Amino acid sequence: MLELKNLSKTYKTGDTALSDVTLSIPKGQILGLIGPSGAGKSTLIRCINRLVEPSSGKVMLGDVDLAQLGKADLRRQRRRIGMIFQEYSLVERLTVMENVLSGRLGYVPFWRSFFRKYPAADVQRAYQLLDRVGLLDHADKRADALSGGQRQRVGIARALAQEPELLLVDEPTASLDPKTSRQIMRLLTEICAERGLPAIVNIHDVPLAQQFMQRIVGLRAGAVVFDGSPAALTQGALTQIYGEEDWNAMRNGDLEQADAEEDAKNRLAELVQ
Amino acid sequence: MSAQSYPTSWKRPAQIVKDPRWRIALQVGIVIYLILAISTIDVNWTRVYEGLERGQRFIMGFLQPDFTSRWRDISQGLVESLTMTLTSTVVGVAISIPIGIGAARNIAPGWIYAICRSIIAVSRALQEIIIAIFLVAMFGFGPFAGFLTLSFATIGFIAKLLADDIEEIDATQVEAIRSTGASWWQVVNYAVQPQVMPRLIGLSLYRLDINFRESAVIGIVGAGGIGATLNTAIDRYEYDSAGAILLIVIAIVMVAEYGSSYLRKFLQ
Amino acid sequence: MTEITDYKQVWTYRTPRARLWTWAGWFALVTLFFWCWQIMTEDTIWAFVSDAPRQAADIGSRMLPPRISYMSELWGPLWDTINIATLGTIGGVIMAVPVAFLAARNTSPSVRFLRPIALFIIVASRSINALIWALLLVAIIGPGLLAGIVAIALRSIGFVGKLLYEAIEETDARQTEAVQATGASAAQVLIYGIVPQIMPAFWGISVFRWDINIRESTILGLVGAGGIGLKLQASLNTLAWNQVSVILLLILVTVVLSEWVSAKVRHAII
Repeated sequence: MLELKNLSKTYKTGDTALSDVTLSIPKGQILGLIGPSGAGKSTLIRCINRLVEPSSGKVMLGDVDLAQLGKADLRRQRRRIGMIFQEYSLVERLTVMENVLSGRLGYVPFWRSFFRKYPAADVQRAYQLLDRVGLLDHADKRADALSGGQRQRVGIARALAQEPELLLVDEPTASLDPKTSRQIMRLLTEICAERGLPAIVNIHDVPLAQQFMQRIVGLRAGAVVFDGSPAALTQGALTQIYGEEDWNAMRNGDLEQADAEEDAKNRLAELVQ
Repeated sequence: MSAQSYPTSWKRPAQIVKDPRWRIALQVGIVIYLILAISTIDVNWTRVYEGLERGQRFIMGFLQPDFTSRWRDISQGLVESLTMTLTSTVVGVAISIPIGIGAARNIAPGWIYAICRSIIAVSRALQEIIIAIFLVAMFGFGPFAGFLTLSFATIGFIAKLLADDIEEIDATQVEAIRSTGASWWQVVNYAVQPQVMPRLIGLSLYRLDINFRESAVIGIVGAGGIGATLNTAIDRYEYDSAGAILLIVIAIVMVAEYGSSYLRKFLQ
Repeated sequence: MTEITDYKQVWTYRTPRARLWTWAGWFALVTLFFWCWQIMTEDTIWAFVSDAPRQAADIGSRMLPPRISYMSELWGPLWDTINIATLGTIGGVIMAVPVAFLAARNTSPSVRFLRPIALFIIVASRSINALIWALLLVAIIGPGLLAGIVAIALRSIGFVGKLLYEAIEETDARQTEAVQATGASAAQVLIYGIVPQIMPAFWGISVFRWDINIRESTILGLVGAGGIGLKLQASLNTLAWNQVSVILLLILVTVVLSEWVSAKVRHAII
């Protein structure tokens, strides 16, 4: 379905963000992209719909090479790719409905989007999607009145409104609490399964990735250093992705947090008694 | 649930005026006002048509400015404007500092606060031009009246912003200094001054820029400076000289803007 | 405790070099000030200056009591003044919006070529006071309201354009990026990604400028561009100081009222 061939990106500053990445994602697969910050996860995702211009290589979506397209063709192809960002990427001062309908922008002429006169089918579909993500009652609220998890759901509905063939998901849980993170990940995987959508999920939380992803790709310094099932993601593999120190620091951080939580729980229990 | 049960149309809910009756009343009111307002414009089209030729000459004058034939007048006006700008900013800022401190509620006693705030209010409410008319009537024509006008206007501007700034300073720092047993002067020197000094320098430079621009205007009512030269040039229909003067003003404002932003970075 | 003698006993706020520079800076400023003062007051006739208090007292006594009955002649010109300010603001804002989009780094179609032009328009409009614009326009299209309206509009472009383009540059790029990713066209990205974000700033700036314009339009009549300033000019010419005081009072009330309205509206929007 999606094939990346020798994709590279070097920024104007001379930093190499991606070097020679080759990947292929079949229909219906959910792929988790992990790696330390600065490994090029975000760049990789943005090179696919060319929010970042790749320096060289091919991005094949079906039979179309996205990397070669001109402006107008690129816009037409972007409709096929739904993108979900961190929670802040809704247009805050527009209503929830406008945000979902903005997923149709690539399909409607300018005057329709300007006067908010979308075709009946689009509106109906938008309501249906809002119902699917559990926000039907919030359609007329402004996006900045929603909680983090609700915004992320609107983001999902917006991406689905495009009727995409591929989902790109950039750190969907970066600023959510653990419980909401799991809910969002569950919703995402369910939706992908319902529609047979392939998805690339850029995620920094390794346990979350292991729990929800079908396949995991590890990036380090812009190159693929791991590609396999979540079960194959051993300590050794993680050390290879994150480097000795970072990985230990991260694990210690997790352990510390677990300790702190345990401690707090005990103290609360004592208080109750 | 079948797709048919979802609504097929959606209208953006009103964001500011929620009641539809008020919204319509407001829209009708605006339309009526616009019609009334536009109908008061009485345009003499033949006069405008005749004026087009002059407008064209003005644009030509702007594109081909004549700096030389009136250079003596222009340079004298410029010197007056520039000296007036600098002296009035210095004097204005110097007077603004005590008034600004007096107009800050958190460090000044009540009666001083009231006096200083009313000085600021008077200075801000009156247009520079109107002040200039009075001062010219009192002090005679020339840059001295202009200098007084700009100094007076500077007080309203700087003292107000300075006072607002002092009122917003971090109270904990003031308390910390006060708790060491410092006197009122020491509190101002140690706790207030460091917090507002960078802003004050920035504001003074900004005011320098404004004073120059204003100095180009108050000459029209006789308070000296480049404005008087400009007024004469336009009265004589010497648009190429007028264009030259305007270009000089724009250039100096641009230089002042870049210079002051550079100077502010340098001083911080 | 005896080691304390090892510490320096003299403490200075700044290094000697920095102090030297600070003093040099102050010295230069003072010198410059006196030099400028000298040049500026070369032609000042000090007899007039020393005579000023007497003049002031004279004018003051002529201004009082204000000729309240003159007020009935002022309503028409006041209405004109408000119209000049309002229509001028509308015109200025309409012209400023495209300039702002051309001047903002993130929306300008050409940063190399169009952006400098837009910035020049903004600086030119900002450096030339409305009264000067009015002076020019009265000479070109003749005295009257139209000259005043156009003068106010031309002057407003720079102010509104500058604040608006700064607001555009401060918009959240993540929101715009998300709209772009849906396959929206450039115009659609503008109305869905940028416009909603700058709407509060836009209304705030416009109302703020309207308030300033009321103030500026009161004096445009001095050069013949209509409004209450015409009456001021006429009264000054005939030395009718008791009418001048009525006009000033009316201007003061109008300015205070417009400031209040503008503060209220801005508060309601934001």
